[in-house]
Amino acid sequence: MTDSDTSDSTHSSDQDSTANDGGALGWVRARLNATSPRRLALYALLAAVLVLFLSPLWSGFMTSLKSQTAFATTAPYAPPLPSEMVAQPWFEAWSRLQGGMFNSLLFGIPATIFSAFLGSMAAFGLTKIDWRGQLAVLLLFVAGVFIPYQSVLVPLRVFWGMVGIESMMLTAESSVAVLPVIPALFAALAERADLIELMITHTAFGIPICTVLFRGYYLTIDDDILEAAKIDGASTLRVYWRIILPLSKPMFAVTLIYQFTNIWNDLLFALVLVTSSSSHVATQKLNELQGAMVSEYNLQMAGAFLVALPTLIIYVVFGKQFAKGVAGEQ
Amino acid sequence: MIHIFRRILNRLRAGNPRDRREGSSDGTGDSDADSGAIRTDGGESVSTTSTPTVSVSTRIRRLFQDERVAGLLFWVPPFLLMGWFVYGAIGWNVVISLTDWSGLGQPLYDSFDLGMYRELLSDPSFRVAARNQVVLMITFTVAALGLGLLLAIMIDQNIRFENTFRTVYLLPMALSFVVTAIFWSWIYNAEIGLINQALETVGLGAIALDWLGDPRTKLAAVIVALTWQFSGYCMIVYLAALRAIPNEHYEAAKVDGASTIRMYWRVILPQLRSATTSATVVLMVFALKAFDFIFVMFGDTPGPSADILSVMMFREAFSRSNWAYGSAVATVLFLLALAIVVPYLYTQHKRGDL
Repeated sequence: MTDSDTSDSTHSSDQDSTANDGGALGWVRARLNATSPRRLALYALLAAVLVLFLSPLWSGFMTSLKSQTAFATTAPYAPPLPSEMVAQPWFEAWSRLQGGMFNSLLFGIPATIFSAFLGSMAAFGLTKIDWRGQLAVLLLFVAGVFIPYQSVLVPLRVFWGMVGIESMMLTAESSVAVLPVIPALFAALAERADLIELMITHTAFGIPICTVLFRGYYLTIDDDILEAAKIDGASTLRVYWRIILPLSKPMFAVTLIYQFTNIWNDLLFALVLVTSSSSHVATQKLNELQGAMVSEYNLQMAGAFLVALPTLIIYVVFGKQFAKGVAGEQ
Repeated sequence: MIHIFRRILNRLRAGNPRDRREGSSDGTGDSDADSGAIRTDGGESVSTTSTPTVSVSTRIRRLFQDERVAGLLFWVPPFLLMGWFVYGAIGWNVVISLTDWSGLGQPLYDSFDLGMYRELLSDPSFRVAARNQVVLMITFTVAALGLGLLLAIMIDQNIRFENTFRTVYLLPMALSFVVTAIFWSWIYNAEIGLINQALETVGLGAIALDWLGDPRTKLAAVIVALTWQFSGYCMIVYLAALRAIPNEHYEAAKVDGASTIRMYWRVILPQLRSATTSATVVLMVFALKAFDFIFVMFGDTPGPSADILSVMMFREAFSRSNWAYGSAVATVLFLLALAIVVPYLYTQHKRGDL
């Protein structure tokens, strides 16, 4: 599905491609001659929607480059004048958000990896091995994709209050106090107890969608390969480790990308679970920045772009995998 | 499931014939454990039914040669983690909603009644939030499906730069609601926002409104922004469905002389039904839990024109510490999600699509 494979005989008018000579302008001219008014209208509509879709990002980006007086006096879609162009909103936003972005990476990367692996394991156990009652368990996993977070928020708060990760880590610290390095590690974990809670919670809530994604993929894997391996005496564990996991690489790419985007972008769990301000995550910090700097739109926009940057980069580089993850959530 | 556990117990308690047969030949790796003689329950009665040389570790290994038992290793750990946080917490939430817990301190599980639910029914703000919830759910779903289908059909016309268009249309899905809410707050800004500036430029300044302040447009503004964010998802779903339709169907319709619009209406649309169903379920469930976007735009009190159940739940529980009351709203949300998902999963199962 690249730009070049539009070769379909039904649309012959589109096919006499002269794209390779004369550069862009030549191409446009040849195209205009070759295309019907109807196709032109189609492209015009596609381009119009494209502009509409990008306009929120465009006006945000332009505003982020303007000084306080400039964005208040110029049109939001107009690029900044060279004399009024500033980078200061970006630096200021960065200094306010960097801690949050670091925290988001700190809990988000492990949560992504854990939920992907656990999802792959569950999918394997539920597709490649036949047993009665499988469907009931599977249904619980699938339904888990659709559960509103709201229906668990209050118990989550109570539960994590009872578990007390922080005191657990502090106890661990004092009980290994004689050892080198390790107590410091526990102390650091105690400081970030909220992030540990968030990581475990996101892992648990990511398992359903990861299971669904992997299951769809494992159903396409030929059972004959697995049968052959079993006849050779390979244990189930070995089959998973040596055959399924290597075959799962493309699906891991999809799941990791999709899941990381979900976790990075979430605000609700963080609002409920992260109380100490040193553990606030990127979306939380951005929300606070917006609340504190109400009229500084240039700063707000720069901050929004900074928080969006990791997922935007992932999206641009791995767009195909992201689209697969999105489509899998059916 | 029970019979699997029974099988495990039986196997652990007494080795089966296979154990005895293979016990000596297979014990090479376990010789240390064998000499250690760790027995299941140590009693003489056990050793009369099984070969004494078969240790527990051998038995466990033997056990895991059974696929179904080994399979437990794979799905039980994720199931327990997910089950506790999702289903355990849902049950706990229902229990809390039956108490009177509010304020500081821990919940008291001493008396249970439906008091919170009765209170909900007579609470005007619940009625308003529920109404907005339904409006949001229906209009947002229809708008995103419509725009998504239009985009998918346009992209499916063998166009140039297909990748570029697709990438841009799906891009908002990769952004956090916190990010998009900030972008849209700026766009909707009454004085210098993009929409009002553009309206003025084309001479329509008269219809420029304070989109986020005016109670008439608040919810609509949210719906437009969420449609922008989600129509790319619908496009992806529809595009996959369109491309799964065999080319002959298009050809046959063309031979019949059907116009393009008629062809889509009569031949193509009916074949998109299952794509529409699954996208509808995803969109409606999303509308139920839409929280981040409205919270960033309006805070925890969006006012009667834009309040929805998920925001009300958060406000009652986490801003006002009416924990039991918030849990009751959460239970309502859960039941609504269930009402959407259960019929869907049931039909999926009936069709063998699960």
